[in-house]
Amino acid sequence: MAVLDIKDVTKIFGGTVAVERFNLTVADGELVCLLGPSGSGKSTLLRMIGGFETATSGVIAIDGEDVTRVPPERRPTGMVFQSHALWTHMNVFKNLAFGLKLRRLPPAEIKDRVEAVLEQVGLAGYGQRQTHQLSGGQQQRVALARSLVLEPKILLLDEPFASLDQHLRERLREEVRDLQQRLKITTLFVTHGQDEALALADRIVVLRAGRSEQIDPPDVVYRAPATPFVAGFIGTMNLIDGVVEGGVFRHPGLDLAMPVADGPATLAVRPEALGIAAATSAAAVIHRVTDYGTHAIVDIDLADGLRLKAMAPDARAWAAGTAVALSPQAFAVYRDNVAIHRAGA
Amino acid sequence: MIKARTDWTGLFFAAALTVVIVFPLLIVGTWAFTNVWRYPSVIPQEFGLKYWAATTARADVWTSITMSLSLASVVTLLSAVICLPAAFAFARLEFPGRNILFFSFLAGQAFPKFGLLVAIAGIFLNLNLIGTFWGVILIQLVGTLLFMIWIPVAAFQSVDRRMEEAARDVGASPLRVFWSITMPQAGPTIAAAVLLNFVGTFYETEGAWLIGAPGIRTLPVLMISFINNQPVIQYGAVLSVLLWLPSFIALLFARRIIGSGSFARGFGG
Ligand SMILES: Nc1ncnc2c1ncn2[C@@H]1O[C@H](COP(=O)(O)OP(=O)(O)OP(=O)(O)O)[C@@H](O)[C@H]1O
Ligand SMILES: [Mg+2]
Repeated sequence: MAVLDIKDVTKIFGGTVAVERFNLTVADGELVCLLGPSGSGKSTLLRMIGGFETATSGVIAIDGEDVTRVPPERRPTGMVFQSHALWTHMNVFKNLAFGLKLRRLPPAEIKDRVEAVLEQVGLAGYGQRQTHQLSGGQQQRVALARSLVLEPKILLLDEPFASLDQHLRERLREEVRDLQQRLKITTLFVTHGQDEALALADRIVVLRAGRSEQIDPPDVVYRAPATPFVAGFIGTMNLIDGVVEGGVFRHPGLDLAMPVADGPATLAVRPEALGIAAATSAAAVIHRVTDYGTHAIVDIDLADGLRLKAMAPDARAWAAGTAVALSPQAFAVYRDNVAIHRAGA
Repeated sequence: MIKARTDWTGLFFAAALTVVIVFPLLIVGTWAFTNVWRYPSVIPQEFGLKYWAATTARADVWTSITMSLSLASVVTLLSAVICLPAAFAFARLEFPGRNILFFSFLAGQAFPKFGLLVAIAGIFLNLNLIGTFWGVILIQLVGTLLFMIWIPVAAFQSVDRRMEEAARDVGASPLRVFWSITMPQAGPTIAAAVLLNFVGTFYETEGAWLIGAPGIRTLPVLMISFINNQPVIQYGAVLSVLLWLPSFIALLFARRIIGSGSFARGFGG
């Protein structure tokens, strides 16, 4: 039961601006993913919410209460670190009980709560294990349980599964989603994996160099990226720079009519929305066809060397060296970092 | 079945160690329990505890043992009180002059120690510290600074900051984090440093002799004078066997620390 409010938060380390004028409100029980390339300020933002960094300016409030300068031990937040950060000199039970002991709970209740949370993360009976006797996935589960056992108002996860293999990561991701929905806990999840963000989030915040580029539900971020950066960052996207003249977008090998004022523009087309047909002009030539069974990805070289990707239903219909004509079915057009036209989506 | 191959490298090192360390120890040990051993006999003519009785009957031996123990204890304690907080500050805090100060501790050990001691002795002479208990304490304290700062700094630095943050996160105050997370993590390494410090101070002779003479006589200093002034080898041998004691005790402690497994865990193992 908690709402998180971040207002105009900036963090400057010496000379580097890590987070710049960031605004976000996370609703009660919502799961928001912070997504962005390395160094975009995701961890810094999360650490400011957890109290491990102090915002240079701006306000962070939980349930309306300003916590900007409150130390971490007095914040109702729980953080799960990428490197699990379990206390190696304590066994699993003691790791989970430490926070409860600090709250002076009676031993019987501590035992009950630790056992309950171990059950929740699927590690019932692991209390007496030493942390180094656990697998990577189990260690991360214990780290998650260590936060959950204190019933934080806000759960913060900083790339918690980044060090695990793909398979385990997907499974734990599902488990976190289930737990989060069951407990209805307000959650911020940092990742730089777009698939993770798309699979988990109620809303995605796309960060770039400390600024938020877009804050929207996953389908909107995917289908209607607000900026060329978001378009290129989420999923596969063909970004084609060109010029609009008299209502026609022009790039060598690709002309496209659109109701847009004259000037430079960037055309963004997903591979699945880029239609191809056999043609005689050599302006666009197939470089390679990759067969994925269910579909094929066709790499196409334009005359100026730009390589595009198109999705085709059947690999056998196409061969390298064939000249093709391109017809974008759904696309967006960007100018000055904002979308000025969308079609077909 | 595959026959285990002979580990020649291991054997060589074992042999070398035997010659260099065990052999002299064996000879000294034998001398300590020998009543008569005349050239050219390979083994002593007569074993016995005669010289143990003679040595332990001497008052100067007992005063020097007590002196050495109290010196080593006081120096170790003072050194820990001074160095551990300093090490924590070096490891964790940013303050002006931090690097220069840290380096100066190392630099102090880079120069020939004896020359330094002579210079210090000159100063101590003016301060009336020559031949006093606290004069020796002071000089030996200086000798411990390097390892009592260097090793703990490394120990504190190797504690995972995320672990400490995680403890803050679940509600521990900074002091509590230090007590419950940082110390247990760095503890085994620091305990080893303190132990080494104690043993090192116990055996320290240069400072103890130069500053302490003639008033203060530690066990090693006494042993040297025995060896220099006594035609009877056994006195020196008995004392040197006595001197092994702190090493054995230290080794026992070290074994307990290492054997408990907390040692490896302290290193993140
Ligand atoms: N303690 C610090 N001192 C100085 N600069 C820092 C500090 N922490 C972070 N930065 C800088 O702030 C910027 C944002 O860093 P941050 O760790 O938040 O990135 P991130 O998005 O989490 O990246 P990654 O995906 O690699 O974890 C980077 O340029 C980084 O160098
Ligand atoms: Mg990060």
